[in-house]
Amino acid sequence: MGLVFHRADTDRAFDLNVIPLFQSLYMSFQSVSTFGTSTFVGLDNYLQMLQDPEFWQSLKNTFFYAAIQVPITIVLSLFFAVLMNTKIKAVGLYRTIFFLPMIAAPAAVAMVWRWLFNSEYGLLNAVLDKLGYSGNILWITDPEVAIWSIIIVGIWTNVGYNMILLLAGLKEIPKEYYEAAVVDGAGPLKQFFSITLPLLSPQLFFVSVTSVIGALQVFDIIFMMFDRTNLALKSTQSLVYMFFNESFVLNDKGYGSAVAISLVLIIMAITGIQLLAQKKWVTYD
Amino acid sequence: MQTKMNKTTALIHIVLIIGSLLMIVPFLWMVLTSGKTISESTQIPPQILPEVFQLENYKAVWNSLPFVSFYINTGLMIAFRVLTSTIFSAMAAFAVAKLDFPGKNLFFGIVLTQMMIPSQIYLTPQYLLVQNLGLLNSISALVIPGIVSAFGTFLLRQFFIKLPDELMEAAIIDGATTWQVFCRIYMPLARSGLVALGIFTSLFAFKDLMWPLVVNMSQDKMTLSAGLASLQGQFTTNYPQLMAGSVIAIIPMIILYILFQKQFIEGIATTGGK
Repeated sequence: MGLVFHRADTDRAFDLNVIPLFQSLYMSFQSVSTFGTSTFVGLDNYLQMLQDPEFWQSLKNTFFYAAIQVPITIVLSLFFAVLMNTKIKAVGLYRTIFFLPMIAAPAAVAMVWRWLFNSEYGLLNAVLDKLGYSGNILWITDPEVAIWSIIIVGIWTNVGYNMILLLAGLKEIPKEYYEAAVVDGAGPLKQFFSITLPLLSPQLFFVSVTSVIGALQVFDIIFMMFDRTNLALKSTQSLVYMFFNESFVLNDKGYGSAVAISLVLIIMAITGIQLLAQKKWVTYD
Repeated sequence: MQTKMNKTTALIHIVLIIGSLLMIVPFLWMVLTSGKTISESTQIPPQILPEVFQLENYKAVWNSLPFVSFYINTGLMIAFRVLTSTIFSAMAAFAVAKLDFPGKNLFFGIVLTQMMIPSQIYLTPQYLLVQNLGLLNSISALVIPGIVSAFGTFLLRQFFIKLPDELMEAAIIDGATTWQVFCRIYMPLARSGLVALGIFTSLFAFKDLMWPLVVNMSQDKMTLSAGLASLQGQFTTNYPQLMAGSVIAIIPMIILYILFQKQFIEGIATTGGK
């Protein structure tokens, strides 16, 4: 009975998720025409990709985005989580507000930010102007600036989510540790570095791994904030954007699959490195 | 000492209030802009409040896109995904946590690996699958990739594994079948896990953009997320109307969130647990 019971389900998971993995791999060795007929082309898609400046540019953009967005998001999430873990009132309200960006559909988020970033009528430039910065920043159209706009939205969306995960971890740290530290005369900073950080390291590790994976898959914001005609798109488009564009807009699903497979390999390599590195800094009790 | 404590508390509140403002201002600006006329929205420096709140913008957007269908499609997609993924994930999780069968570790290994693989890799094959089934532009197309989830299986396994085996042993002795043990004993006990998975599934289904965009091109089968994306093409620079559309699209989830904020936040916190 037990066997039958889980079998159906295992099969379903297999059909939906395991087979497609190999299909993608298989497809990346093929040239797929618009009408669905495909021919085996070996490593051609990969060779084409390695010579495609667009691929390297997308890779660079993706890494740049992740390398800036993730550390800032984690530091801010930790900072706010620590503040909310003190005995102050209205923590529930703050928590609810911080998580709000995570609730909104990315299409809506991207649209309102696009409006805030508007160089002529946007709120952001108006505020900067009030603060004495008169240069009119072209948030969406300046290729030098555009990636920073995506980073800002990325941070804004993710801080609340990571903060909630870290706050849950902070609440598990026994109060006695801090009481003992106070008796020993340790100040707040010393307490933070010798109690909070090591005891929170499993959650910090989880948050770093998931944040890196998430950041390497950035797509929605770019897709919604940058029109196809925007010249800054080249300096912001991510690997997932390129995959989407090749597979479903240009309809070259073989080439698109090669891009997707590369992304998977990159993500697995980076996650693997993080798993190895965790031994150096993560303490499990 | 007392005043020092008060000062620290006040400082913490100030920092948290600034943080909260940064989080909430984009939403406020969305709502305020949605009530302005075009000329009010393009004042330099920006005009904060609309003279008269223009409900016209909402009417115009509502009439230009089939929002009722968007709501229904999104609702059905979420309902089916939550239903199927909690049931199937719970079954798989229960099997892995409490039953013995050959290949169990291999199966669980596959589940874990899957969680690490980005979803884009599945997109093209799943698209072709749906296309070959003739299901493009349908509710089924929206539901299919969410029928079962590796993440859900993992999450619920963590819940089941904490529950004692004795419950099952005792029930089996009393003549219960595995199925009864699962439905009557373990499912009710894993309630908080099921709620967490339900919330997580709904939120991510609601936010999913790429899949609905790819499979359902016809407007009456779009979700709120994808429908909103098509709005941008129509009203490129009419920001009051774009903002009105955004408000219409996100308001149901925001209301649910405010009503069930405790469950939302605790549910999300569980998903990051050990």
